[in-house]
Amino acid sequence: MSKLSTRHLIGIKDLTVEDIQQIFETADNFKAVINRPIKKVPSLRDITIANIFFENSTRTRISFELAEKRLSADTINFASSSSSVSKGETLIDTVNNILSMKVDMVVIRHPSAGASKFLAKHIDAQIVNAGDGTHEHPTQALLDAYSIREKLGDVKGKKVVIVGDILHSRVALSNILCLQKLGAKVMVCGPTTLIPKHMSELGVLVEHNLRKALEWCDVANMLRIQLERQEIKYFPSLREYSMLYGLDKPLLDSLGKKITIMHPGPINRGVEITSEVADSDQSIILQQVENGVAIRMAVLYLLAAQG
Amino acid sequence: MKEKLLLDQKRLSIIIDRLCHQLIENHNGFNDSAIVGLQPRGVLLSRRIHQRMKEITGNQNLLYGELDITFYRDDFRRRESVLIPSEQKIDFIIENKNVILIDDVLFTGRTIRAAMDALTAFGRPSSVELMVLIDRRYSRELPIEATYVGHVVDSRNNDKVVVDLKQTGTKDAVWLITNIENK
Repeated sequence: MSKLSTRHLIGIKDLTVEDIQQIFETADNFKAVINRPIKKVPSLRDITIANIFFENSTRTRISFELAEKRLSADTINFASSSSSVSKGETLIDTVNNILSMKVDMVVIRHPSAGASKFLAKHIDAQIVNAGDGTHEHPTQALLDAYSIREKLGDVKGKKVVIVGDILHSRVALSNILCLQKLGAKVMVCGPTTLIPKHMSELGVLVEHNLRKALEWCDVANMLRIQLERQEIKYFPSLREYSMLYGLDKPLLDSLGKKITIMHPGPINRGVEITSEVADSDQSIILQQVENGVAIRMAVLYLLAAQG
Repeated sequence: MKEKLLLDQKRLSIIIDRLCHQLIENHNGFNDSAIVGLQPRGVLLSRRIHQRMKEITGNQNLLYGELDITFYRDDFRRRESVLIPSEQKIDFIIENKNVILIDDVLFTGRTIRAAMDALTAFGRPSSVELMVLIDRRYSRELPIEATYVGHVVDSRNNDKVVVDLKQTGTKDAVWLITNIENK
């Protein structure tokens, strides 16, 4: 098989369907590796990866770090809060300083959309986008689609609804692009204020009634309300949002079919999803986290192969 | 380009029978032994050996696995194409087993080096042996030799040995291809 069509992973936009399939097939093999007694392979032993996080993260950062370690890469971790960024250093200066210590790959999360693309243009190392503002979060979309493929056999033809704060969600955009490339039908559901205009131009269905959306779908991906990105009030109160768009057990059981529940984390239990639903046998939230490591191993492995 | 037939189907089946009997002679009852074929090209041979061993010994419970060595190779990032992994199937405990690795051709020895690393990721075998159908001698880049050899070939480095085993067991052949023109 051939190499990925891109040297960096900035967004799902840049990936072809073949790229995505190749990442999935490679991830299958890494999933077998991380379930073995010895969970490590030596593939990336001569590669150094810097994880640069300008935004808080638990899952993504640990997942990337674990993926790198399981591939035997050397890793450096950098969090903006404990660095010279707080002393006024620019993004390019910070990264160039790190690169002059001979780093081959940079995994970056940044609050501004386009930060990873900007870096890819200006520095030599390979860039993996771990979330840039409200733009894209490609590895999350890959692991979500991979988890659907694992649970339902295929992504093609499946109906997926993404519920919640679509406006501020990079997970939503990457998911829409990825699922559409793989042939799924996508719907978004949320209050009017949290759905961006011109959504239908992406070929996405829009629904404001949660029950109708759930009755339509095979898979529901419940997103968190990103209060930290909301500068103004988009809805009267969290309590009202939860009543209209929160998924609880009675609603789930009343659908007359078993849909699959996903959540990219972190969960606000009792807001977008109740504990009963999050911990039910229809939820694949923890499988998503497990698959995240395999997907990130596959992405890093395939990108590193290009040198 | 010149093709020379090294082994035809008849000779191949004699060799495979001989290799099986050598295994039986060396592995007492096969209680603590396991056959492991190397992906991707060694598995057609190892499946054949496994099948023939079951027929000869009457033992249907011989341990058998297939090992993928992709992530342990030493030429990652040093070649043009991506190394694509194959399926791996080791569903028994390697610890304290006598493992027989099986591959079709032994050439530089690098695949076997990687295979030994890949194998020990599953545990510590009590011994490891190597069986190959074709030994291209004088071509080694690492100090590795096979325990069981089907057929020895003298060849130049840019020659190619093609082992063409069919799933069905008919029309098997091994070819030596020489004078390959550089593109």
